[in-house]
Order: sequence, then C-alpha cells, then structure tokens
Amino acid sequence: MDLTSVASALPWIPLLPFLGFLINGCCGTRISRRAAGWIACLGPLGAFLIAYLGLLALAQEQSPRAFLECSLGDWISVGDLVVRAGLRLDRLSVVMALVVTGVGSLIHVYSVGYMSHDKGFTRYFAYLNLFLSMMCILVLADNLVLMFVGWEGVGLCSYLLIGFWYEDPAKASAGKKAFIVNRIGDFGFILGIFLIFVTCGTVDFAELFRWLASAREGLPAGVAFAATMLLFLGATGKSAQIPLYVWLPDAMAGPTPVSALIHAATMVTAGVYMVARLSFLFVLAPTTLLVIAAVGGLTALVAGFYALTQNDIKKVLAYSTISQLGYMFLGAGAAAFGASIFHLFTHAFFKALLFLGAGAVIHALHDEQDLRRMGGLGKKLPLTCAAMVVGSLALAGIPPFAGFFSKDLILLSLLEAAHRTGQPVWYLLWAMGLVGALLTAFYSMRLIAMAFLGAPRGDAEAHEAAEDPPVSMGAPLIALIFCSALVGLFSWPKLFGGFERFIHYLDWVTAQVPAAPGELGHGVEWLNLCASVGMGVAGMAAAYFLYVVAPARPRELVRASPALGRLYELSLNKLYVDEYYDRWIVKPLQAAANYAWEIFDVLIVDGFVNGVAAWVLDLAASARKLQTGVVSYYAISLLLGGIALLGYFVLWV
Amino acid sequence: MSFPLLSIVVFLPAAGGLLLLLLRKENEGEARALSFLISLVTFVASLPLFFGFDNSSAALQFAETRPWVPALGIQYKIGVDGISLMLILLTTFLTPIAILSAWKAVEDRVKAYYAALLFLETGMLGVFVAMDLVLFYVFWEAMLIPMYLLIGIWGGPRRIYAAMKFFVYTMVGSLFMFLAILYLYMAVPAHTFDVEVLARTLSNAETRLAFGAQMALFLAFGLSFAIKVPMWPLHTWLPDAHVEAPTAGSVILAGVLLKMGTYGFLRFAIPFFPEASRAAMPVISILAVVGILYGALMAMAQEDIKKLIAYSSVSHLGYVMLGIFAFNAHGIQGGLYQMLNHGLSTGALFLLVGAIYERTHTRDVNAYGGFAKLVPVYAVCLMIVTLSSIGLPGLNGFVGEFLILAGAFKADKLYAVLATGGVVLGAVYMLGLYQKMMLGPLRGAAASAAAGAPAPAHGAEVAAATPGAEPAAGAHAAPIADLTARELCYLVPVIAMCFVLGLFPNLFLRTMDASVQLLLSRL
Repeated sequence: MDLTSVASALPWIPLLPFLGFLINGCCGTRISRRAAGWIACLGPLGAFLIAYLGLLALAQEQSPRAFLECSLGDWISVGDLVVRAGLRLDRLSVVMALVVTGVGSLIHVYSVGYMSHDKGFTRYFAYLNLFLSMMCILVLADNLVLMFVGWEGVGLCSYLLIGFWYEDPAKASAGKKAFIVNRIGDFGFILGIFLIFVTCGTVDFAELFRWLASAREGLPAGVAFAATMLLFLGATGKSAQIPLYVWLPDAMAGPTPVSALIHAATMVTAGVYMVARLSFLFVLAPTTLLVIAAVGGLTALVAGFYALTQNDIKKVLAYSTISQLGYMFLGAGAAAFGASIFHLFTHAFFKALLFLGAGAVIHALHDEQDLRRMGGLGKKLPLTCAAMVVGSLALAGIPPFAGFFSKDLILLSLLEAAHRTGQPVWYLLWAMGLVGALLTAFYSMRLIAMAFLGAPRGDAEAHEAAEDPPVSMGAPLIALIFCSALVGLFSWPKLFGGFERFIHYLDWVTAQVPAAPGELGHGVEWLNLCASVGMGVAGMAAAYFLYVVAPARPRELVRASPALGRLYELSLNKLYVDEYYDRWIVKPLQAAANYAWEIFDVLIVDGFVNGVAAWVLDLAASARKLQTGVVSYYAISLLLGGIALLGYFVLWV
Repeated sequence: MSFPLLSIVVFLPAAGGLLLLLLRKENEGEARALSFLISLVTFVASLPLFFGFDNSSAALQFAETRPWVPALGIQYKIGVDGISLMLILLTTFLTPIAILSAWKAVEDRVKAYYAALLFLETGMLGVFVAMDLVLFYVFWEAMLIPMYLLIGIWGGPRRIYAAMKFFVYTMVGSLFMFLAILYLYMAVPAHTFDVEVLARTLSNAETRLAFGAQMALFLAFGLSFAIKVPMWPLHTWLPDAHVEAPTAGSVILAGVLLKMGTYGFLRFAIPFFPEASRAAMPVISILAVVGILYGALMAMAQEDIKKLIAYSSVSHLGYVMLGIFAFNAHGIQGGLYQMLNHGLSTGALFLLVGAIYERTHTRDVNAYGGFAKLVPVYAVCLMIVTLSSIGLPGLNGFVGEFLILAGAFKADKLYAVLATGGVVLGAVYMLGLYQKMMLGPLRGAAASAAAGAPAPAHGAEVAAATPGAEPAAGAHAAPIADLTARELCYLVPVIAMCFVLGLFPNLFLRTMDASVQLLLSRL
C-alpha cells in the first residue's frame, strides 16, 4: 500500500460526508428521496473505506508510533500563534475514525428506513452528514484548535438534530439547552487551550508532546493541573458528566437514530477521546486524574441510579449512556487510557444497537416510548427483541458479550491504580464501579422485561399491528448484533492466555504510567472478574424476579417501606438536579438581566442623560428665535461653531 | 503626482450625493438606481486598495499630501495602512448593501435619504483615511450630520429623542477631543497636525509628553472614542439610536460607525500617549469586560429585537476593546478582525430584522414564533448569521474572538477568564432569539395569515399585549413571504463574506501584520 497516497486521501474522510451535506442541503428539495438517501449513505461509507485503508497502511509501518498526516496549510497565524489545518491518522485516531464512520454508516442506512415518512427527510440527512464530517475533523485534527472546530461543529449538529422537529417548543428548547450547557464546557476547553499556548507556545499535539519531553524544567505542576482541569471541564460538557450531564436526557427529543449516533456512540465520547489524545499531558497531573476518576465513578453511579426508575425507553438508555461514559472516565482517571478507549469502542456498538432496537420498538408502536404501555413484544418483534437482549447482555457485562471485556479491564485498572499509588481511594472507586455494574444489569433487565416479556399493557390494536422493521433497518441491527457479541474478542484477557491485542495496539500512542513493582497476581484478577460478573448476574436476576416472576413486588416494596419510596421518588425525579439548576442559576441570571436593565440602564444612566438633554433644550428654548424646527440647522450650526472655535483658538495663539 | 485613487474613493459618494440633490424631479427609481450605482462603483474603485496593498510595509500607502491651510500647518493628507485598510473596504462593501436594503422601506423624501447615505459614506471613509488631525476632525463631525438626519427624519416614532440623545452624547465627546487636538498642536514643537509626525514624535522616549499631559489628553481623546465604541457605561445612546434608525441607518451605524471609536484608539490615543495608554490598560480592560458581560446580560432582558442586537453590539465591542488593550499582536489583530466580523454579522442581523419588519411591522419578539416553516430560506440565513455572531468556528466571529481571548489571556488571565464567560451568555441570548422567532408552533398574527383565517385567540392576545401591532394586523392578512431576489442580492454577499473571513482569515490578517508591529513597537 502506498502510504503517501493514503495520507493525501485523508482530507476526504471529512470531505465525503461534507459533500453529502452540501448536495442534500442545497438541492434537497429538487432530488428524489431515494437519491438523497443514497447520497447520504455513500459519504460515510467512502469515509469508512479510506479510514480502513489507513488502518492497513499503518499496519505496514515498522514503528507502532507511525502516523499518516496531511497538512492543508495554515489556518490562523498571528505572531507566534500558528494554527494549522492538518489531519493526522495514528493508531488512536484510526480506531476512533473507524468507529465513527463504521457505526455512522450503519446508522445512516437505518435512518433511510426510520425517517422515510418524515417531511424533513433531506434536511435530516444533510445535518447527519454534516455531523459525521465534523466528527471526523474532531478525531483527525492534529492540533487543539482544529479539534475545537470539530468539537463545536458536532455540537451545532447535535443542536440542530435535537431540535429537528422544531415546531414542538419542548424539542427546540432541548436543543438550545444542549448547546448552552456544552458552551459552559467549551469555556473550560478554550481556556485550557490558551493556558497551553501561553505556557508551551504551541497548540499542535506533536509539538506539545515534544515540548513536554524536552523542556528543561518541564511543565509546572500548577499549570499542568489547571490546564488539564480546564480541558476536563470541556469533556464533562460534551461527554455528559457531573455537573454538566443535564442536557443529554433532554437530547432524546431528537430522532432515535440521532440518539444512537450522536448521543450514544460517537459525539458524547469525544471527551474521552480528548483525554486519551492528550494523555501525555494528563499523566503530568495526578490530581486531575483522580478528579476524573471520581467524577466518572460518581456519574456512573448516579446516572445508573436514575435509570432504575425511568419509564421512557429512551431515557433509560440516555442515563445508561451517561453512566457508561462515567466508566470510560474511571478508566482514564486510572491512567488506563487503552481500557477506556476499548470501552468506548465496545459501547459504541452495543449502545447503538440498543438505541436502534428501541427505535424499532418505537417505530413498530407508532411513536410509543413509555415502557409501561409496552410488554409482551418479544413474540411480535423477534429480531428487535434479539437485538435488545444482545445489547443488554453486552451492557450488563455478561461474558462473552463485548461489554464484559471492556468493563472488566476498567475495573481491573482501578485495582492496579490502587496498587500503584497506594491510595485507598481507588478501592472505593472500584467499589463504586461494581455497584454501578449492579445497577446497570438491573435496569437493562428491567427494560427487557417491561418491553418484551410479560403481558401486553398498551394499546391492544397497536400491539397486534406491531412488526419487525424493514430490511433497511433490520440489516444494520443484525450487523450490530454480531459486533456487540464479538468485538470484545479483540482484547482476549491475559487471564485466559490472551494477548489483549486492542489495548496493546493503543499502548504505543497513549501515555503509560510506570507500573508498580510486582504483578497484581492472578488471585486479584480472578476476584475482580468474579465480582464484576457476579454483579451483572445478580442485577439481572433481581430485575427478572421483580419484573417478570413477581411483577407486583416493586409496588408492594415501595408501599411497605417509606424509605424505599423516598428513594424511588429521588430516582424518578433525578435528585431534582434540573430543578436546582433552574432555581439557583437560570432564574437568578434572567432576573439579574431584567433588574439590571430596568434599574441601571433605564433609571440611572438614561436618567442622567435625559436630565442633561432637558437642560440643553431649556437653553435652546431661551434662544427661541434661532429655533427653526429643522434639525439639520442645529447640526450645521454646531459644526460651524466648532470651526469658528478652532479659528478663534488658532488666531488668538 | 500619481493617480489620486484614494481621494476618488473617498469623494465619489459625496459627488454622487450632490448630483442626486441636483436632480430636479423627485424621481424615486432614478434616485435609487443612481445611488446604488455610485456606491457600487465606489466599492469597485476601492478594491485596488486591497489587491495593490503591500502587506510587508507599515508605511502609509496610496498616500496623498497637499497643503490646505499652510499658515496653520493644516494639510490635506490621506493614506491607508494595515489598520485602516480593511475598515475602508468594510465601509465601501456595506454601503451599497445598505442602499439596496432601503429599496422599499423608505418612501418619504427618497432623494434626500439616499443623498444622506452617500454623504455619510464619504464622511466615514474620510475618518479612516485622514492623516491630519484637523482633516480627521472635520470628517468626524461632518459624518454626524447625515447620521443624525437619518435617525431624525426617517426614524421610528421616538426618532427625535433618539437623534437628540445620539447628538448630545457624541458632541460632548467631540468637544473634549477638539480641545485636545488644539493643545497637541501647541505642545509639539513642530506645530503640526500631521498624524504620522505626531505618532513618531510622541512615542519617542525623548520627545514624548510628560505623563500628566499624556493622561489628560488620553482622557480627552478617549472619552470621545469611548462614547462612539460605545464603552460601558456610555452606551445608552446606542439602543435608542438603533431602535429608531431605519434599517440602512442601523446597518451603517452598527457596521461602520461603531468602529470609529475603536479605530480612534488604535490610530490616535494609543500611539500618541503610550504611557498613559499603558496606565489606563487595567481600567479599560475592566470596563471592556463589564461591557461584555453587561451587554450580554442586557440582551437577555430585551423583547425588542433591535434593542437586543444593539446590546449584543455593546458586548461585542467590549471584546474589541479588550483585545486592543491587551497590547500584543494577537489581541490587536483579533480586535481589528472582530471589528470586521461585527460589521458583517451585526450588519446582516439588522438587514434580516429589517426584512422581516417590512412584513410583520413589529419588532416585538413575542409576536413571532415558528417562522421557520413560513420562511425557510430566511430561517437558514438567520441561523448562519446567529452562528457567526456567537463565534462558531468556520464562521468569521470565531477567529476574532479566539485571537482576542488568546491575546487577553496572555496579557492578564483574569480578564480573559471573565470575558470567556461572555461567550456562554452570547449563546443564551442569540439562540433564545432564534428560538423565539423561528422555532416552536406558528404564533401571533402570522398563524392567522398562514391559515388565511381571522386571528385566533392567542394571536389576539399578542396583538393586545403589543400596542402598535393592532393596526398592522391588517397587513398580516397577506401571507408572509420568504426572502425576495433583491433581499437575497444584498444578504448573500454578506453571508458569503462571513464564511470567507471564517475559513481564510490569513488573507486579511496578513494585511494588518506590519502596521500592528509598528504600533506595538511604539508602546
């Protein structure tokens, strides 16, 4: 394979979907839906092929740190600040690019069926293609600023697609909320970029890496901490972590394939990718890493807790996504960037599968999303049911499905971190991860039970008419079923004589922290594995018992114990966080705006100015004879007066 | 004597304005066509300034010098450098667009209206090219008159109040500046009004003024410029002026006039009084940050669309001031770039508001809702301009904001952190505006117009809640149409430039390099 030709083809990865955006966006009304659908799907497919060629080209290279790059010249250059428009494909970005374009292509195909009756068909695909293009820029960018361009671009598409059905004010507001909450994260991201630029004099990843490696005194610890914390604030926005996760559940207002692609598989993982991309910087700030792990662990736990009681099928999956992103940050915080990206990788498949399956359910029931009005759909929708079951097993971490391998690695990395640092807090984080796994298994099984098992509870007619999706939607489901079942094998655990190939592949491009002397020992690894699988099985069994064997029990339990009832309320209402944000941030800000305008601008400043003006007018009234009522004379006389004054001064001097 | 290209560019509009006034009949079509043609020719004539500009030189280019009042050392001296070049082009670019936008909006004294716009163009161009303080002052004051007339004659219902406010504010500033100019003339041994000579003399360590004098003069110049910017808390003339001004007036006011203040700082106040500028840096930076946050907060409280945009200008110009007073290349070039961006984005916003106002006759944001369905092309244009205004990468606003904040961060982290907070608020009010106007279900009188039926209950509510919308309800009976070809003719170039400036910023940043370096070397 000719490396240079693959490298020079890199710009086509974002460009092909962008062309699709241009065609569907500009002349969408003039071409048939069929043509529009084809155009929309071809871009991502082409991009996937190029990324795959990139993978092959990288494999031919001797050095595992090899990369392909393509520079399109300078974008912004002022003084010592130079932002290049350059793309770079290395082992990390090729994995991300393959996930984004691969899962992206499947979801495009699925969308052709899902959106076939929507009047905004071409607008939808224009946005979706634009998203894919921006996501590829984010992934392939060779510097922080260009990454930020993609970062903002995907945010825009997320905004446009959440509010896709803009006539519904709630959906339009959800889009705005997503954009604004993300802007709060961006505030941190951009300041992080400035801090890095001011300190290291560059925004380029490779140059930054070299600077950090060669600088005599290195990066001051305070700067490293501040910069990484600021960048992580950006990550909490895009990747929906505490405290900025509140936009993601609302984002479910968008069409379901959008939730699958943007709000589960790709965009929301950008924060994790950013941390991995800059892992060489993050390892310089151990405190930040601990914060990342703590935020991730807490988010995994809290979001899992919310998901227990949600009745909207998409909301369950949304909180599940937040929770799983928390796991990725747990791994990143433990400096196991490979494991973190591996979980990102497996999650992309099984969560996309779950969302697309949920979409098939919603489609079959004509826009019914309430789990309480489903039930017994297993027999009516066998393919959809199979998809959801495989997705749930993968999500719950049941071997040998994909999620098992990645979640196990993350939990193990926490034990390794505890061993390495000697800080007991990592054991606590490990325990949080385990409890999170229990919650995950519980709500996964609850979802399956409520939707597919038991007796139908919803509209009987709709239940009768429900059927599995057409081929265009079914084929991507089948593909994702296989992926969700199998991609875990890319990293067959060492414990079973495996090589953990995926992790080793990435080890070369992510930062490594020095390992502690001595191995963890097989005993610990077995313990971790048994605990994680045990939690998965226990959670699923509990949910099976409560929602299938004895469906009346949950209600009885809540009635019997007020404490449990209170807990149920808290979970259902998401700890009232949205309400707190509204009361303590949103409302006061708006009130301050109104108040400041009425008091300061209107009363004080304008009061003063109007006073002066009234005085001037009084003066003018005394010179009534000169008052002609034609404003231009005033203006001209003022000018003449000014010139006369000039003459007077000059002659007098 | 070489070809006086710059003089031609500057005075062509005024000559056209005179010609227009000499037309005997009040022939509207002729007046429109003629004024548009003249402004277009002016734009074309100004293009060689850009393409013939030597990026590597900080010297005055296309300069013309002639004695004017030799006894007093007053010259007719004009020229272009990296600081004024893009502002001149912005002026010649926006004027034909503003003229085209007024095609239907103005029906009263059309001839005089267009003549005023053309005189205004000459005034603005004069301010940017003048290299003699007296000449500058003449243009600075002369420019006020047509603007004053535009607001006072063709403005909205409270036009007299707004025009008076505009005039009182700016005159107060001008008077101090005038005295400062005279003092300078006497204080400098050379007794000259020549800006180049003054800048050289006054920035030289041996010949500069004493610190006290510097500070007094900086304040006198600075007050005049700060009012024009407008800097907080001298901004309250702006919302009134914008609300009452006709569309073309708002476009020019926001697009070009507000840059006179920031330009003044770069051309006069900073190079003439370097030590005073440095000393004033913290105060001005704080005022700029307050302006950024305060303007954004004010914009969140507005229900009048034009007022909202006016307050957003206060916020955006705060960024420009912050960048300039960072006193490094990133900040100053970012500030200059943001002046262009603001001219394009805010100009386009006023054009779009004017276009929809001609259809609905209301600026009350609550009278809108769900318009994206009615006017899809308009909705796309408004979306792009909104995104440009909130600094989305790929569009112009990002480049300016990014450079300004990077420069400010280099100078002082605290101001940069606070100013970056304004970026969040910018999204709040602009996306809020977009949502209220374009998204949600069809609302207000437009709903009835779309349905072709009498106003439904909530439509009547809106009309009742907004006095003044009542008589307009009749006009709504006709369905609200999407952008016409003429409207696209003036919107598409502006939007296209937003993309060009966002994607290829180096084309324009390069022209500023040498002059900004010279300025920095004098500090």
